[in-house]
Formats: sequence, C-alpha cells, structure tokens
Amino acid sequence: MKMLKNLLVATGLGLAAIGTAVTVNAAGSSEGHADAMKHMDWSFNGPFGQYDRDAAQRGYQVYKEVCSSCHALDQLAFRHLGDKGAPFFNADFPNPNDNPLVKGFAADWDVPDVDSDDGSAMTRTGIPADNFPPIYENEIAAANANGKAPPDLSLIVKARNGGADYVYSLLLGYDHEAPAEIAESMGAGSYYNPVMEGGVIAMPPQLQDGLLDYEGENAPAATKEQMAYDVTQFLAWSADPKLEQRKRVGFGTMIYLFLLTILLYLSYRQVWKNVKH
Amino acid sequence: MSGPSTYVPRTGFSKWMDERLPIIRMGSDFMTYPSPRNLNYWYAFGGILTLCLITQIVTGIIIAMHYTPHIDLAFDSVQRFKRDVSFGWLIQPLHAVGASMFFLAVYIHMFRGLYYGSYKAPREMIWMIGCVIYLLMMATAFLGYTLPWGQMSFWGATVITGFFGAVPFVGESLQQWLLGGYSVSNATLQRFFSLHYLLPFLIAALVGLHVWALHHAGQNNPIGISVKTKKDTLSFHPYYTVKDGFAVGVFLLIFCFFLFYQPDALGHADNYIKADPLVTPPHIVPEWYFLPFYAILRAVENKLFGLILMVGAIAVLFFLPWLDFSKVRSMRFRPITRWFFIIFIVMCFILGWCGAETPDNMVFTVGDGLGLNFLWLSRIATAYYFAYFIIILPAMSLIETPKERPASITEAVLGHADRGAPLVPAE
Ligand code: HEM
Repeated sequence: MKMLKNLLVATGLGLAAIGTAVTVNAAGSSEGHADAMKHMDWSFNGPFGQYDRDAAQRGYQVYKEVCSSCHALDQLAFRHLGDKGAPFFNADFPNPNDNPLVKGFAADWDVPDVDSDDGSAMTRTGIPADNFPPIYENEIAAANANGKAPPDLSLIVKARNGGADYVYSLLLGYDHEAPAEIAESMGAGSYYNPVMEGGVIAMPPQLQDGLLDYEGENAPAATKEQMAYDVTQFLAWSADPKLEQRKRVGFGTMIYLFLLTILLYLSYRQVWKNVKH
Repeated sequence: MSGPSTYVPRTGFSKWMDERLPIIRMGSDFMTYPSPRNLNYWYAFGGILTLCLITQIVTGIIIAMHYTPHIDLAFDSVQRFKRDVSFGWLIQPLHAVGASMFFLAVYIHMFRGLYYGSYKAPREMIWMIGCVIYLLMMATAFLGYTLPWGQMSFWGATVITGFFGAVPFVGESLQQWLLGGYSVSNATLQRFFSLHYLLPFLIAALVGLHVWALHHAGQNNPIGISVKTKKDTLSFHPYYTVKDGFAVGVFLLIFCFFLFYQPDALGHADNYIKADPLVTPPHIVPEWYFLPFYAILRAVENKLFGLILMVGAIAVLFFLPWLDFSKVRSMRFRPITRWFFIIFIVMCFILGWCGAETPDNMVFTVGDGLGLNFLWLSRIATAYYFAYFIIILPAMSLIETPKERPASITEAVLGHADRGAPLVPAE
C-alpha cells in the first residue's frame, strides 16, 4: 500500500504543477470583465457533453443572416455541416455531399472560381464540397469596411479565453455603462463592451429581440439571449467538430485503461508476493 | 555490476545468431538485468519517458505527412489534419498534449535524480547525457511550438530568438543566421520544421547512450547504497516490468484525461489565431514547462545578463556531480540538505508562477504601495536556485553530518536500519 501512496504523491505533484500553470494562464483582465462574463452550463461540457443540435441548427441561421455579412468561417466547408456530430447530420446521408439540406445551404452562397473556358475570375453557386467563401477580398478590405478586420469565426470559441462563455457574453455585453476614462478615449465606430479585452470593440451590437424568425413548430422566440445561445452552440461545434467523437472514444479508453491498470496492479502484487523489498 | 551474461542460446537459430550478432543475448540480458530490489515508483519515470519519446516520434511522423511548412498554409494544414484526416483529431492532440506529459515526466525524473543523488559517481555520465537530452528536448519543444503558426507560435519565436540578439558583438548576425532573415519568416518556419524533425532522433540516440551508461554503472536506488551482493537485486523482468507497467497505466490515465477531456487546457487560446506579424498579443507567455526559465530570464533588467542567467541555470546542472561532493547519495540520510532540497522544489514552482505573471503585478500588498511584486519574487527564487547548487550543496558536503546508513540494501529491506523520515515513505 505504501507504494500506491508513493505513486499517488507522484501524480499529485505532477497535477499540482499542471494545475498552477493552468489557473495562472486563465487570469482575466479588467474588473468589469468579471461582471459581464456569464457562466453557462453548456450542453457540451462534461465527460458526456454533446452539442444541442436544434440550437446549433438555429445558430447556423443566425450566422447566415447576421454574422456572415462581416465574418468568415475559414475552416469550414459546407459538407462539414452534414458530418457525423455536425448540426445537420442525417444518418440517411452518411456522405454529407448527398445531404439535401447541405446542398441547399451550399447553394445559398456564391463562391469564387475561375471560368474554365477563358480563365477569367467568376463566381458560381456553391456545392457541398466548397469551403465557406471569404467575405472580403483581403484583410485590408475587411479592415477598411469595418474599422478593424472582423476575425474568422470558425475557431473563435477556441481562440478566446473563456471559450463559449466568452462568445455568448460578448454578444450580450453591450448594456454596460462605459467608465469615464474609457468613454473619453472612445472614437466614433467603437463601442463599450467589458467582455472584450480593453473594453472597446469595433463591432456594433448585433442582436435585438425578434431580429429574425425561427421556423418550425417548436422553435423558441428569437430573443437576443436565445440567438446568442444558438449561435454560440453553432460556433462551438465549428471550433471543435470532433468533440462528441473524442469524448465517446475517451470514455471507452479510460474504462479500458482503468481495468488494465487494476489488472497490472494485481499482477504486480502477485509477482512481488514473496519478495521483501 | 552488469556482470557476466547469463543467456544460454537454446535453438539452432539462436546459437547461429549468437555467434554472429549477439542481439538476442543483448535483449535477454536487458530483460534479466539485476536491478536493486528497493526501487520505488519514482524509478518508473525512465520507462515512462521512453514511451513518451516513442509516442512523440510516431505521432509526429504521421502529422508531418499532412503538415505544410509554409507561412500561408501551416495553420490551415493543421486544421485540415484535425478536421478531415482519419484520426487526425486524435493524433494531433496526442502530439501536443504528449509534449506536456513528456516534460511532466522529465521533471519528475530529474527531481528524483536530485533527491537520491543519482548524479554522483559512478553515474556522472548518465546524468550529463540526461542534461544534454533535456537541452535537446527544450529545443525540440520550442521549434515544434512554432510550427502550427498561431499567434503564440510566431510571437514566442520572435521573443526567444530576440534574446540571441543580446549576445555581444555577434548577436545581430547570429539572430539573422538563425532566422534566415531579419524577422521570423517563411525561411524560419522551414528550418524550424527541418530541425524539429531531426532533433528527436538525436534524443533517441542519446537515450541509447543514457541507458547503456546506466546498465554499465548500475542503477542507484532510494537509499543510495551501492548494490553489494546478488541478494540486493531482482531481475528486471518480471519484477520491474510489472511494476513499471502499473505506473505506466496510471500515467496513461492522466495523459488520457487531458487528451480527451482537456486537450487545450495546457495551451494558449491565442494559438488558435493565425499568426499575424502586425498584431502583438497582449501577453506573450511560453508553454508551462518553460515558465521557470522564462522567469529567470526576466529576473534582471539587462537582456544579456538575463540570457547568461538562463543558460547558467541549465549549465550548472552539468557541474552538479562535482558541486555536491558529499559521499552520501540519498537525501534520506542528509537531514539538513533534505530541507534545502524541498525548498528548492518550492522555488522551482514559484519561478514557474512568476514566469506566467507580469513582473510588475503584485504578489501581495501591505498598506498602500508596499508589498512584493513578481519581479522581486522571481529574483529571490532565482537567487535561491543558484545558491542551492553553488553554495548550499558544496557547503553541506563539508559540514553536514549524515545519518547512519544501513550496510546494504538487503539490510535496509529487512528493516534493521534507521531510515530517517523520508519525504517519500520507503517501500
Ligand atoms: C528522453 C528523456 C529521457 C529518457 C527516455 C530517460 C530514460 C531513463 C531510463 C529508462 C532510466 C532507468 C530507469 C529510471 O531510473 O527511471 C534512466 C535513469 C536515469 N536518468 Fe534518464 N531519461 C531521460 C532524461 C533524463 C534527464 C533529462 C536526466 C537529468 C538531467 C536524466 C537522468 C537520469 C539519471 C541520473 C538516471 C539514473 C537514476 C538512478 O539510477 O538513480 N534522464 N533514464
């Protein structure tokens, strides 16, 4: 048993080392920030977490109708929407390129291409195999149109401390009074949002109650909280599309390893039974 | 101590082979290697490290089949691998989380060596080869972190290579030579990829030497008393294969916890933003395993002096076998030094903490304005770090009266000896 204790000490020490590193890294920024951060109990947290499919589907609608006028989804192709674990997965269409919903979404977009007859630049209707097209010609054009270039959203949930809470809180974080020293220095085209690092953001508030209509019988009312929640579910999926698969495989692996480790411990006891050490 | 080989070839083939290339003999001698019978779980980390190295090499080779070392494509190629390649979602975090686990294991392995005096005669070469391995591991990890070409990749590389510019006279040329240009650029990324692929194989070769030296000098053990008779030892297999196997199982459980449930906890969110040379992230922080050295680097204002301190912090390890010349190996029998050792570990953690914080931030304040900031905390810890090796260990070697030690491992095992009150309870 003493050996087991040693091992626990060893692993405890290691975890403590990692623990310090993690907590230290997560240190927040301003004071207003802590107040404005909303901590949600996301369906995809925890060892068995899964995305809320209905919400993520509505979230795609929010992205398409609201966010996509400025923000791209650099890492996504339309076919990804119909992958296993994705918002529009349909078991009847294991190949997402055949999924009619996915085909329809792709067809909503014009994608850049080259005319195969004369080589000139052209656009054509999207197909599932296409990537989501860029919104602006380039960074400079994006910055010029918005004051600052709107970041890619496909990884945004992973690219910010706070993850999904951050994105959700940011979208709803416009109803705070700017402290005097920040208000003074704020120019036109910037807004106070304590969730943002530094408190000033170039994106105007985007969500208002009833901004769009959710279709379907059981669809909830499109309040701004609902829309923020839905689009965050969608973006969380787009940042980590293999999350469900990873957690599923992870659980099996942990169980397997746990049993294996117990067996190894018992073998160890058996082998060392008559050995003084 | 490795003693004469006990292998006897039995089949016709093995006899034929043994006369030409005694490779089966080598494997057999390895498996029956006489190991001290009192090794505890801290001795499992050498095996764990070997597993880590193999994992990194195998996953790395697969990732390299899909990775593109070009500044316009590198970031996206990692995402393509994770999203579209079979098991890419598993293999990429295996490599990234694996790097952290590798360092976790190597730090435990090194602290173990420090505690049991495994660096002392006749094991100086094992220790010094280990130090070279550690240096190469740091280089490999730094180079590898640049490859995904996120914001932290780019800015970390910029900051670290910037320190080479502080070298007198040749600094600027040295920096440009390393980068292949005036700043971190495509040329930098391509050479970093090439070197990141190369170094692990050098590490593997050095591990071979490390284990060879170990099998020649024999393993140390928690009481630091040399093996005297055969009774002091047990065959590596099955005794230590099964014991190390259990330890590996526990290690893998921790590994898998991070791999499957917290794959990003040990990294930085900023590295999910593609590198942008025009946007400096608000806090440029290295990976956790570099934080103590980063704190030492920043402990002094002068860039060059900081660099010297950081290099010195590792260089001093090479001289350790001669700085600590006490004949007693294990700290279990060094009642005063043991406490200095424990403080040393605490200081290493404190350095890590300082490395993650902004130097001007306060650790605590008393009244107004008074208190301790992280800069001064890191200075205190840095001073202790060096004092431990340069002053405390040599001085203790002279003045400390060690506790009485058992005559042999066997005697200690049978319980006649005073074992002190060890940090790690004896088996
Ligand atoms: C890739 C990295 C490394 C690998 C694979 C490795 C492997 C091993 C193995 C298999 C052993 C024997 C089992 C054990 O005692 O745990 C060992 C022993 C040892 N290693 Fe390492 N090692 C590595 C890095 C290092 C480093 C960085 C140091 C120190 C700077 C070091 C110092 C030692 C010492 C002193 C021993 C002898 C321990 C004793 O007999 O008490 N090793 N190593």
